[in-house]
Amino acid sequence: MQDWRKNKLFFAILMAPSAFWLVVFFTIPLAIVWVYSFGGRGPEGQTLIGFSFENYRRAVEWIHLGIIWKSIVIASITTAACLLLGFPLALAIAFAPSRLKNVLLLLVILPFWTNLLIRTYSWIAVLRERGFLNFGLEWLWDRADLLFTFVGMPDLFGEFQPLRLLYNLPAVVIALIHVHLPFMVLPLYATLEKLDRSYLEASLDLGASQWRTLSSVTVPLAMPGIATGVLLTFILSLGSFLAPDLLGGTEGLMIGNLIAHQFGPSRDWAFGSALSFLIMYATFIVLWIRSTVASRSQTGLGI
Amino acid sequence: MKTGMLAEAGKAIGTATRARPKRRVLPLDYARRRSIQALLAGIFVFLYFPIVALVAFSFNNSRRNVTWQGFTFDYYVKAFNNASLHEAFTNSLIVAGVSTLISTALGAMLGLALYRFRFPMKGLVDGWVSLPIVIPEICMGVAMLAFFAAMDIQLGLATITVSHIAFTIPFVAVVIRARMAGFDQSLEEASRDLGAGQWQTFWNVTFPYMGPGLVAGALLAFTLSLDDFVITFFTSGPGSTTFPIKIYSMVRFSVTPEVNAASTVLIVLTLTLTVIAMVIQGRSGKQMVGK
Amino acid sequence: MSRAIVSIQNVSKLFGSITAVDDVSLDIAEGEFFALLGPSGCGKTTLLRMLAGFEIPSSGRIMIDGQEMEGIDPNRRPVNMVFQSYAVFPHMSVTDNVGYGLKVTGVPRAEIDKRVKEALALVKLDGYERRMPGQLSGGQRQRVALARALIKRPKVLLLDEPLSALDAKLREAMQLELVRLKNAVGITFIIVTHDQDEALSMANRIAVMDRGRVVQVASPAELYEFPNSRFVADFIGKINLLEARVAGMENGRLLADAVGIGRVAVPFSGAAKSEIGLAVRPEKVKLDRSEPAVGRLKIRGRVREIAYYGDESHVFIEDGAGLTITANVPNDARTTQGPVAVGDEVWVSWAPADTLVLTE
Repeated sequence: MQDWRKNKLFFAILMAPSAFWLVVFFTIPLAIVWVYSFGGRGPEGQTLIGFSFENYRRAVEWIHLGIIWKSIVIASITTAACLLLGFPLALAIAFAPSRLKNVLLLLVILPFWTNLLIRTYSWIAVLRERGFLNFGLEWLWDRADLLFTFVGMPDLFGEFQPLRLLYNLPAVVIALIHVHLPFMVLPLYATLEKLDRSYLEASLDLGASQWRTLSSVTVPLAMPGIATGVLLTFILSLGSFLAPDLLGGTEGLMIGNLIAHQFGPSRDWAFGSALSFLIMYATFIVLWIRSTVASRSQTGLGI
Repeated sequence: MKTGMLAEAGKAIGTATRARPKRRVLPLDYARRRSIQALLAGIFVFLYFPIVALVAFSFNNSRRNVTWQGFTFDYYVKAFNNASLHEAFTNSLIVAGVSTLISTALGAMLGLALYRFRFPMKGLVDGWVSLPIVIPEICMGVAMLAFFAAMDIQLGLATITVSHIAFTIPFVAVVIRARMAGFDQSLEEASRDLGAGQWQTFWNVTFPYMGPGLVAGALLAFTLSLDDFVITFFTSGPGSTTFPIKIYSMVRFSVTPEVNAASTVLIVLTLTLTVIAMVIQGRSGKQMVGK
Repeated sequence: MSRAIVSIQNVSKLFGSITAVDDVSLDIAEGEFFALLGPSGCGKTTLLRMLAGFEIPSSGRIMIDGQEMEGIDPNRRPVNMVFQSYAVFPHMSVTDNVGYGLKVTGVPRAEIDKRVKEALALVKLDGYERRMPGQLSGGQRQRVALARALIKRPKVLLLDEPLSALDAKLREAMQLELVRLKNAVGITFIIVTHDQDEALSMANRIAVMDRGRVVQVASPAELYEFPNSRFVADFIGKINLLEARVAGMENGRLLADAVGIGRVAVPFSGAAKSEIGLAVRPEKVKLDRSEPAVGRLKIRGRVREIAYYGDESHVFIEDGAGLTITANVPNDARTTQGPVAVGDEVWVSWAPADTLVLTE
């Protein structure tokens, strides 16, 4: 690596265009929203510049706090589920023979490259009242009914009532897990793949069971990857907009929808900005946590 | 003689039974454990079923049914003849094309600078330029909306393109940086040693090595732009509907096989581009090491 | 020999179509310091890992302490391993690393503390209890790995190239240290190495492996002085090799026509094919200005090159026909002038009894 002072011209030529673009079309827009978050709403819906914490105070009012709290709960459940599913998946991929490894990795990455909107709305066809899941359940129901008719107990079950699976909280969580699982698996895989497997072998060799090895050796050593995956999944699902919008109904509303509403029909941009920056603050905190975890695992543990 | 043969046969059977593959799984071969395999199968069904069903039922000869009614291309024909879908698709290609050109150039330069130079507060700059990747899209979307409104700029294809460039630059930079990580810097030194100037060295040695990274970065930027919904949602105005926005408005109304057909086209397009990008990256990696 | 603690019976291991271990049978006695020696890729590490349970034999069986190992997981085997990379857990202190094997098997805290103390004393690491592996040198990390395995009181300690990551000086010290440890704890050691010096200096018995097969199992001196094949003779130490054609047997001596010497008679018992190799170790070759006594095998040549090593010099002598013989000459006089100089005409010779007859 070269010191920038050794080649100032080349450095400037390389850096300047992107820096300009990202300042003007990314940083300044965020700064504007940040400034708005301390402003207010004029009578015709225009945004007034000012300095008050009124918008942040409103965010923690009961009616909005409920949605924020629900968003945090949804993001937490999503993150936990992704970790529980993603860790064994990443472990299996990381220690698989190389050909199988590539196939499995591709299988994880492909949905990642499928349009977010399409992946989200594809759950409508699965979960709706006349959807695949209810259809499958009805089929099982009818078989069970038939079976009981055979053993002399006809009409024990009655008519199949389709379950209401769509436009509620579980539907949102399911779609969010679906969308974010690769974000969890990839950092986990990257860490586990680099992990020297003789640590695991040494643990087994010393008499530890597989579960003990997992809890005492594999998980602690995979901590940087777990931290990255958990934080990434949490932030991304916390800021979700599409899944609750398409699948959540009124029950499954999240902060993202509240923000979109402020910038849309409500025309209260100042309040929307404050809500948006609540997510941004959370993002900054999470990034800070991640960098401290990373630096600690580099120095203290000697990995 | 006969007993000898019997003994031979017995021995053969003995070895045969011993040689029969016993299903014993190595301690760390988790992918071969039945329980993990069952879990993996479950996860992949979960990941793929909705999408595969969506694609399959875009060929189903029925408007609203979860059972198979026969194969048809009707909905593709209908989608193709839908003028507004057509227009949206053209818009998407324009936005993706223009934003890819600019973001690839800018992102490549940024990636190269970050790979090449040490400068004050590099950690901070690193974090800053990767922020568009990390922050939730809705935050960036409303920020862009607020910005264009404050500047009194009419929303349209231009505003979408500008926003797409902003959020794809960091992705291109990451790809280029990863590519350059495998670059042997002594090649540059060798070039300088043989009498080439700094710019000659860059164009003759460094730039050709970047090539596959540029292609992969460009394809990534194109796919991201083509696929984007949330940021586009906030930066598009009347008359600047992109393909995902169009699909969204159709889905809000009703999920029809026609929407599924349009979606399938988008899926196939992005997956093709992605696979090409991965193949280019994989192959160039192998060629360059000479294997 | 006392009873076999490890018995490897017709064990083979295939990776796809590649045979890593090919029909190996070995018995290792209790209390032995046994070495598996061979070039990289000869299957020695695979064999060791099969003993530990990290690879499963494709066929054959392994008995440890009279117990069949088929179907027994690594964590239930009465052996422990010192890994090539040491695999000292980076997130645990020295104490936690050493005590790990006892903790996971439910040994009471007080007992663990006592045994960790003993184990650390054994490997001379007292005072390092609270250190993290990142703060230890390579040699110290290896001692942690040794203590961690020995504290389990295994029937057999497996060591996979334990010295390969250490520098030359430290390696020599650790060789002595390992022998001392072996004698202190009295259990069986099985070490895998590609370094002949390591195997010769530490082990009681060595199995030389080549392409998945065991070529010869013998004591270090036997391997060196009586190798059973060209491979062993060449792999362990250096040899001068002459191709020869067998002419017959004459009262316990083999008559052969060797390239560069002519008809020779060397002591030999056994059967030989028509083509054999006659070999002699360089340190058994004598240099003379005048023709040596009758009965010795001798070649006349010119000194082509001398490589000076301090304690000895390797003298390369070429005869007229392009044959090169190496003689190791001890520098036992304090002088800067060697006994011979490049270009000198000399005789090289050795006793018939020092000749290795290599039929394989």
